[in-house]
Amino acid sequence: MNLFFYLLRRLLYALLVIVGATFMVFFLFNVIVEDPTVVLLGKYATPKAMTALAHQLGLDRPWYIQYWDILKSAFTFDFGYSWSSKQDIFKIFKEGALVSLTVTLPAFVLSNILVVSVALWMTKYRGTIWDRLLVLFCIVMTSISALVYILVGQGVFAYKLGLFEITGYDHGFPYFIPYILLPTLIQVLLNFCYTYRFYRTIMLDEIYQDYVRTARAKGLEENVVLFKHVLKNVLIPIITTLVKDIPGLIFGSVLIENFFGIPGLGNLVVNAMNCADFPTIKAATVVAAVLSIVFSIIGDVLYTLVDPRIKL
Amino acid sequence: MNAMNDSLHQSVTKKALLVLWTNKITRCCLVTLLGYAAVSLLCKMGWLVPNWNAEVGASHEAPNWVNWFGTDILGRSVFAKVIHGTEVAMSVGFVVAFLSILIGVLLGVLAGYFGGIVDECVVWLYTVIAAVPTMILLMVIAFMLGKGMKSIYVALIVAEWTETCRLVRSEVMRHKTRDYVQAAAAIGANNFRKLFVHILPNVMPLIVFQFSLVFQTSIKYEVILSYLGLGVQNKPSWGIMISDAKTELLRGVWWELFFATMAMFLLVLVFNILADALRDALDPKLKGR
Repeated sequence: MNLFFYLLRRLLYALLVIVGATFMVFFLFNVIVEDPTVVLLGKYATPKAMTALAHQLGLDRPWYIQYWDILKSAFTFDFGYSWSSKQDIFKIFKEGALVSLTVTLPAFVLSNILVVSVALWMTKYRGTIWDRLLVLFCIVMTSISALVYILVGQGVFAYKLGLFEITGYDHGFPYFIPYILLPTLIQVLLNFCYTYRFYRTIMLDEIYQDYVRTARAKGLEENVVLFKHVLKNVLIPIITTLVKDIPGLIFGSVLIENFFGIPGLGNLVVNAMNCADFPTIKAATVVAAVLSIVFSIIGDVLYTLVDPRIKL
Repeated sequence: MNAMNDSLHQSVTKKALLVLWTNKITRCCLVTLLGYAAVSLLCKMGWLVPNWNAEVGASHEAPNWVNWFGTDILGRSVFAKVIHGTEVAMSVGFVVAFLSILIGVLLGVLAGYFGGIVDECVVWLYTVIAAVPTMILLMVIAFMLGKGMKSIYVALIVAEWTETCRLVRSEVMRHKTRDYVQAAAAIGANNFRKLFVHILPNVMPLIVFQFSLVFQTSIKYEVILSYLGLGVQNKPSWGIMISDAKTELLRGVWWELFFATMAMFLLVLVFNILADALRDALDPKLKGR
């Protein structure tokens, strides 16, 4: 019952946040920007053609009706048609999201398994030169722009050495695998370096807990202590925070998709910007906001369900 | 013992500077940072390589004694472009960090201290903005406002103030019930005095830390936005240089990419180290954030 009221409260608040986010979108697209018909018709637009197009796109309706359309689309996901490709936006999004996921999901899973195990393993070597070197390595790697990894990976490993596909994408399993190898490697490396220090601190906090001392005191092997007892306890906060990253995975990495010519959701947004396709950009912002609100609720609820110490 | 007493009585900000100056590595970082600031100021005044657009050699000259960093496709000096890119990056970093921290701290302090309806409104506002993933938000705002530096400033400030606000709010909430604030109230301090004379100095380490974090993230985002064509126009930027390298690299022209990357690498690294040192020195509780 408690959980029910908690959920209800969260959902009501989420509603308020969605109202705010859609209003922000409305403000950006309908207030700040000048008449989109000028952008669409170009330099030689006649006033008559402009009014006709504005009417056709529904831009001459009162502002509250236009806002209502955006708010409604946050729930129905009915975004109408793209201005540039004239396709149903939700349909292109679904296809793009699947493509993005094939690129981001493997990297996400791999890098998190890697970083959690390495961080756990390195607790044995805390304070040694190896510990410090690894931290230093991560600081140095994260100081280099992500663009550089992509450029060097593409220029040297794919083009010069011919180890990977340079650009492109093939739909359907397993045809996309050769194309996602290099993007996955780059993402795993970057993700590892960006999150390692965070996980290191979590692990170091955890191994000084009483239960770890008890486990050691009863004579368990260090590896069993780390990978059975400690891992189980740290996984709770880790998994629940990772759930909140899922919307980001669906939208893909804009840079990676742009460089490797992968037709995912991130690239879709960039292309929509290049041809001033307002409905698509608007829809992307709304979907991103709704997804991240929903997944943040899921993450919080999971946390409270898994960890009995937390009261709602 | 005496020295310990001294360090106890110093203000938090003074202590921060002292810690950064006594450690050799962080002192190097501070000096490097000053160097970057000097270069960008000199460049802004027009005293340092005023004319980056000039043709100084053949197309794609490798680094040599005349053009230290080589030349780009139009025969312009890569050195001059790196310097001008430094100016762009430093101004983006500084303006965005300063303004977004100012907004974040102001709203965070108000929300945390007064609570109630003010708090509700501020929390709602940053939840709304944080609901849109940063990259999408930045791209949409920069695109909607039109290409150029101003849009980058606005987009980054809108996206970056939320985290500072959230942290400052919870920190102020934690502090306002402490004994020292009650003591201040007992001797007749009003809200303004309690907030800005007593609480704010204790939140200062967090603010300084956030400043260095926002500074370097804005530089990184500027480079990415410029690469996507949403950023600086008609001016060299590290992002544009790196994006030019996309085709150059295939022809073995590595210097533009290399020097732009190095300039950015050094600056971000310095901020990373400083942020780490500050965090460890001033507030061990912040570790790992």
